[in-house]
Amino acid sequence: MSVVRLTDRIKVMERKPMTFLERIYLPAIIKGMSITISHFFKKKATISYPEQKRPMSEVFRGLHILKRDDRGAERCTACGLCALACPAEAISMTAAERKRGEELLYREEKYAAVYEINMLRCIFCGLCEEACPKAAIFLQNDKLAPASFEREDFIYGKDRLVEPFLLKKT
Amino acid sequence: MSWIILKIIFISIIFGLSLFIAMYSTYAERKIAAFLQDRLGPNRAGPFGILQPLADGIKLFFKEEFIPLKADRWLFLMGPGFFMITALMTSAVIPFGPDITIDGKSFSLQATDINVGLLYIFGVVSLGVYGILIGGWASNNKFSLLGAIRAASQNISYELAMGLSIVALVMMSSSLSLKEIVDQQAGWHWNVFYQPLGFLIFIICAFAETNRAPFDLPECETELVGGYHTEFSSMKLGFYLFAEYINMFVSSAILATLFFGGYHFPGVSSMDPGIVKTALSVAVMFGKIFFFIFLFMWVRWTLPRFRYDQLMNLGWRVLIPLAVINILVTGAVILYKMM
Ligand code: SF4
Ligand code: SF4
Repeated sequence: MSVVRLTDRIKVMERKPMTFLERIYLPAIIKGMSITISHFFKKKATISYPEQKRPMSEVFRGLHILKRDDRGAERCTACGLCALACPAEAISMTAAERKRGEELLYREEKYAAVYEINMLRCIFCGLCEEACPKAAIFLQNDKLAPASFEREDFIYGKDRLVEPFLLKKT
Repeated sequence: MSWIILKIIFISIIFGLSLFIAMYSTYAERKIAAFLQDRLGPNRAGPFGILQPLADGIKLFFKEEFIPLKADRWLFLMGPGFFMITALMTSAVIPFGPDITIDGKSFSLQATDINVGLLYIFGVVSLGVYGILIGGWASNNKFSLLGAIRAASQNISYELAMGLSIVALVMMSSSLSLKEIVDQQAGWHWNVFYQPLGFLIFIICAFAETNRAPFDLPECETELVGGYHTEFSSMKLGFYLFAEYINMFVSSAILATLFFGGYHFPGVSSMDPGIVKTALSVAVMFGKIFFFIFLFMWVRWTLPRFRYDQLMNLGWRVLIPLAVINILVTGAVILYKMM
């Protein structure tokens, strides 16, 4: 029975007995050693991580950030859409009403008093970013959640999520 | 009296140097392995990871000392020590440089120039396998025992071929003293050019005797966990690993001595005697040794391990007949020259 060839990529192994040169191994050994020595002088693939960082893609989805608007007020209005969109249920928040005089702190009348993301649950899908109507939450492309010994350390509160307040020169 | 003191100083220097070179061979091994595989290797302890061997040593000292319950305590402790001692003993007859003159008296850079130096090396090297055998047997573990048996049979098989390959060399030099063999090779008269086949057989056997890849079957991790040192921990394991590197250093020194003219190098050996010449000669010797150590590592990180039957086949059915042929040819040539 002949084998029906479905593709032309089939390569039939030839089982010839080894020639004399193959049997004494030495040419093969020399060939192998010349290959390894050529790698000796090649550029190394290693990236020495803490000192050197791998360039990340523009659209890489890393650690979250809660943005402020151009006056420095938090954009999040605690609508909960991100928590709803999150497939991993990593986000939880408590809403609060903005008091008089806090206009420069919070942009909307309702804001998140507590906003927590559990980085161990998060799968960095970016759906929260897509769901947000206020353009408040983004996944940064240059930061990762660092390793830690304690599980508690991976629940990121507002202290670590909100964008640091930068004084603008005007 | 002062001669004895000088000798003691010299022997201590060789002793310390062997240990130091073995220590940095572990570092070199890891670096070379890394470089051959496009990696960087250890580079955290000190600049370029230069303190890595120290860190490794300290780590080994602080590891738990473990002796299996059913092990033979004394032999278990003796194994690594024995292996280490035999490894260190071999360097006694290697000439590291030409004679130097101190206060009008000649002093040779060789611990002792016994007239059967070659035989001495063979004797001590074949004792070395007892360290492995004792350790493997005493651990009362099937993997250790298998590793030990492999080491023993491998050493016996390859010692034969090694000895035979040396016979041809001795026929040419008609001396067993390493110093004389070296001095006969002054200029470009290196034995490797007269005995290429002998050299090939010898270096293959040297790989097998030092249990280095591709012949590292006694510690073959894929089959035997850790081979003969499966049960060893802390510095006892350290001794085994360390002695392997000393063996490698000594083998490289012997290779350089027997086949590559030892401390002779054409430009250097024709210079006027003096401190510069001595220093250069010693440097040449160590350059050759380091080259062979590099070769050992280069081969290790290139070739896959032999299968056990292939190993035995190579030893008994290829190398020994080849060595015998080599002897016959050498003998015929010598006879022809005499006529
Ligand atoms: S990135 Fe995905 S998983 Fe992580 S918090 Fe946002 S929606 Fe949830
Ligand atoms: S981050 Fe956006 S989606 Fe989430 S609660 Fe705040 S405003 Fe709503």
